[in-house]
Amino acid sequence: MIAIIDYGASNLRSVANAINKLGYRLVVTSSASDIAKADAVILPGVGAAPDTVASLEKMGLVAPIRECVASGKPFLGVCVGLQVLFTSTEEGGGAPCLDIIPGKVKRLSCNLKIPHMGWNQVKQLKSHPIFRDVPENANFYFVHSYYAEPDDRSLIIGETDYGQPFASVIARGSLVATQFHPEKSGDDGLVIYDNFMKIAGVKK
Amino acid sequence: MLTKRIIPCLDVKGGRVVKGIKFRDHRDAGDPVQLAAFYNQQGADELVFYDITASSDERNIMVDVVRRTADQIFIPLTVGGGLRTVADMRRMLEAGADKVSINTAAVLDPALISRGAERFGSQCIVLGMDARRVAGVSPVRWQVFTHTGADGGRAAGRDAIEWAALAVRMGAGEIVVNSIDADGTKTGYDLELLRAISETVSVPVVASGGAGTPEDLYLALTQGKADAVLAASIFHFGTHPISEIKQYLKNRGIAVRI
Repeated sequence: MIAIIDYGASNLRSVANAINKLGYRLVVTSSASDIAKADAVILPGVGAAPDTVASLEKMGLVAPIRECVASGKPFLGVCVGLQVLFTSTEEGGGAPCLDIIPGKVKRLSCNLKIPHMGWNQVKQLKSHPIFRDVPENANFYFVHSYYAEPDDRSLIIGETDYGQPFASVIARGSLVATQFHPEKSGDDGLVIYDNFMKIAGVKK
Repeated sequence: MLTKRIIPCLDVKGGRVVKGIKFRDHRDAGDPVQLAAFYNQQGADELVFYDITASSDERNIMVDVVRRTADQIFIPLTVGGGLRTVADMRRMLEAGADKVSINTAAVLDPALISRGAERFGSQCIVLGMDARRVAGVSPVRWQVFTHTGADGGRAAGRDAIEWAALAVRMGAGEIVVNSIDADGTKTGYDLELLRAISETVSVPVVASGGAGTPEDLYLALTQGKADAVLAASIFHFGTHPISEIKQYLKNRGIAVRI
């Protein structure tokens, strides 16, 4: 069973739809015990990282997320669900995040339009099972104004260029996180979710 | 490199897709969910559903259309037409839309843009703008129009460029620029208008209204400096499949997702 963490993110339904389409059983939940029981956990996200951290704190979801990652349970963060895993963000004048991955979330500082909105390519820096059957430089759908910079750059397994190269896929052990939205990235996006289920050993 | 987006727009009335010529004489072009799936297969980068009547009964039908589409199709979906309140926006987003497009309601109450952006994030809030050239003035100016349904619309008393800039300050994350002069004529987008707005605002600009040939799309993305092109009839009647248009743009040096 997959748990999709419900803290009010507006892309929750799209993520659930994608997992449903692939034929996996899922629970959309804000309960710590559901998260503890799940075989794998997905943290979706859209909008502002400080608001997301505030919602997770208010709903008592920070400790369950930390425990889940610490236990080595397969965990997938999507977009803002990637950003909140870091130590802090520049967004909203600066705010602490969950500090699960040491590093900072910074504002994109290119001369191009912000937000970075649309389809862009992911260069696969490392071979990883999350990329199985995903072509090199495949296009994924992005909507964001901030990007994560891990202290340990070896965690970056996918990179995208928008005026500057930035980390678009991060992996550490059984934790994977994408800055793009796989649930809005057509067939290649569905392959990313399917690969995550395979990494987690979840059966249909 | 960020690719330019090709976005089919489906005008929906009572749960069916139609396409107006100059906003009138609606012809039926099919089931929105089927057409959405077809466009997704062809390589559409996003989809827009525009509810052109939006009475309350038909709004319920639209919510159902959005839900059924979002269950099956995994590319971004924008819904517009008749959304007047944050609650209207929420309904569409909860049904599975990724963005909502507001037009007349934002002209009447610009603070609706900021209320939506605060609640859902700027990335969710698209400003749709209908603009018409002011005749006989130099330099050229464009005026914003609302209620563009029946009688050609009403002048909103706003300059198009100023309105675009204000909407972005209030939190709009994207602007769809529709030229009333060009809409449905298939003679090309209003490139001057597009360029003027693209050079003014910091958010993505989507060209709408007037596409008749693949070259029109090319010109909107180059001379018009648009980030995306939205069109309806050029796709609906199979004149130019999306895949063919993308290949054409790629051959002319535009970055597109193929």
